[in-house]
Amino acid sequence: MLEVNNLHVHLDTPAGLVKAVDGVSFRLESGQTIGIVGESGSGKSVLAHSLTKLNPEPPATYPKGEILFEGENILKMDKKRLRNLRGKEIAMIFQDPMSSLNPVFKIGRQLMEAIQTHQKLSKKEARQKAIELLIDVGIPDPERRMQDYPHQFSGGMRQRVLIAIALAARPKLLIADEPTTALDVTIQAQIIELLKSIQKKYGTAIIMITHDLGVVANLADRILVMYAGKIVESGSTADIFYDTAMPYTWSLLRSIPRLDAAGSERLLHIEGHPPNLIHPPKGCNFHPRCPFARDACLQTDPPLAERGTNHSAACILSKPEFDKEKQAVAEWKGVLLS
Amino acid sequence: MTSLLEIKDLHVHFPIKNGVLQKTTGHVKALNGIDLTVKKGETLGIVGESGCGKSTLARSIVGLQKPTSGDILFEGNNYTDASSKELYELRRNMQMVFQDPYTSLNPRMKVSESIAAPLKAYKRTKNLESRVKELMELVGLNPDDHYNRLPHEFSGGQRQRIGIARAIALEPQLIVCDEPVSALDVSVQAQVINLFQDLQKKLNLTYVFIAHDLSVINHIADRVAVMYLGKVMERSNRESFQTHAQHPYTNALLSAVPLPDPDKERARERIVLKGELPSPANPPSGCVFHTRCPKATEFCKTNIPVPEERGVAGQEVACFYPVGAEEKARITL
Repeated sequence: MLEVNNLHVHLDTPAGLVKAVDGVSFRLESGQTIGIVGESGSGKSVLAHSLTKLNPEPPATYPKGEILFEGENILKMDKKRLRNLRGKEIAMIFQDPMSSLNPVFKIGRQLMEAIQTHQKLSKKEARQKAIELLIDVGIPDPERRMQDYPHQFSGGMRQRVLIAIALAARPKLLIADEPTTALDVTIQAQIIELLKSIQKKYGTAIIMITHDLGVVANLADRILVMYAGKIVESGSTADIFYDTAMPYTWSLLRSIPRLDAAGSERLLHIEGHPPNLIHPPKGCNFHPRCPFARDACLQTDPPLAERGTNHSAACILSKPEFDKEKQAVAEWKGVLLS
Repeated sequence: MTSLLEIKDLHVHFPIKNGVLQKTTGHVKALNGIDLTVKKGETLGIVGESGCGKSTLARSIVGLQKPTSGDILFEGNNYTDASSKELYELRRNMQMVFQDPYTSLNPRMKVSESIAAPLKAYKRTKNLESRVKELMELVGLNPDDHYNRLPHEFSGGQRQRIGIARAIALEPQLIVCDEPVSALDVSVQAQVINLFQDLQKKLNLTYVFIAHDLSVINHIADRVAVMYLGKVMERSNRESFQTHAQHPYTNALLSAVPLPDPDKERARERIVLKGELPSPANPPSGCVFHTRCPKATEFCKTNIPVPEERGVAGQEVACFYPVGAEEKARITL
């Protein structure tokens, strides 16, 4: 359904050119959930925004690549077609539900506007549809809540309203950019359950962008791990967690404290911090922080290469080499191997 | 181990003022009867969702917030009514690390000045420069390179290190950390957590570590207190925190955390709590958790549970219907 080929997105900032997305390719089938995992500055949000060409231009430019949605290149669409695409076929929800809603209009009006933009319905019909949507996303007493303003809703409820707006035109693809980051864990669990039930009900494909490996472990069929504008590992959720083939993914998994562990084990210390994309490191972007790095990593920037069925990683170490060295690195760093 | 800090029946209420005359029309009960002790050399983890009063508790401990009632004792001395001079003496032994490393540092002060500030405030200016450099080394900053730099030249993780250097400058006994790693990137968070643990061993520090992230608390704390709406719901040792949690709220929190392990994540049963946190200005009657509790009965609406020791040593649960072993087995990670 969605096919991204060698996508490059550059941001032209006063400080220099930022290659925010640097040659990203992936495919998404309908009804599937892809998780895009990365830290701040990895380019995951810019990538997500490119999928509906939402990055402000300037500074963003798309020098290379294509995004095919059902065979049509989104990057070549005119404004009218894009406006029709956004919301109707591809909808998006964002991290901060307060800034995505207009504070001076009632929720009902904003929801009905979203419905009437894409469907020719009378006011009465749109109202009925809005109430149904609010029931769908689990907002109690929807008829009364339609009369409320965004500030009268809590964070979790606002996120539900945004999901309702996103679902208004039954999109084929829902892009969720850190939708639960600003929420408390119990509310996060509610929203994750909601997204799952919506997918089950309508067969919506979901792209879930997050820094939280736990969230994608629960939701995603496939995972893309991003680092410094590139996909460094992609595979099924099981591949990424149990058959990791890339040092960054491996290090990340060992650097997070885990609730299902005794708590006494040491966390892996990844040196330094994510790189500055105006002056990215030479060779492999991760080499200055990589516990597996060697001299050759300075020279070559390894491309994504096959590690198994639908599993690829960007590293000069082959899978057997990497598996062999993991043991030594785990011992050296004093962390658990698995 | 002797207790370093004791908190007894602590209440902090903020008045809600309304109208032209600013009449008090109610109170936000941020803390509503907190009892906690912190032993020397341990880490007490405090966990809870936003609005449960964890930050108010942190501010009360370091004396930034006057309690409405109740006592806080440091090494046996009650300092709830201490004068500013007494607080000055006290704070030498008690420092704080804040959540946001961007706003807790003065953008115009060089790193060395920020770290030297507490030393100057306590007139320990002998060998100031070498002491600052020593502190920078302790927290993993490069004293030669970073000494004269300004905060904006540092990443979030490095700024948090500066904040930590400043907190340990006076060799305090107790450090209150209010969400010190939640603003950091995943890969940087581990560095800072490791640093906290290393410093604790090296300097024999005691931490009150506040976080909303249960995984972080499970990793760093020796004992854990779970807060909800200004009250402590459950206290336990780390070993029993996730395996023997008995309060329905603790279990709901534990089950809500997504695990970075797809098989476990998909196999386990999740308790999804209904609704959201009630307003602390108008907390529910009886057990404050009854409005969202899956096990609540009529009894919970009118009776207030007191923390009682149950089962495992060191574990206290404020609930009439704690989660039993059989039920626990189904939701265990």
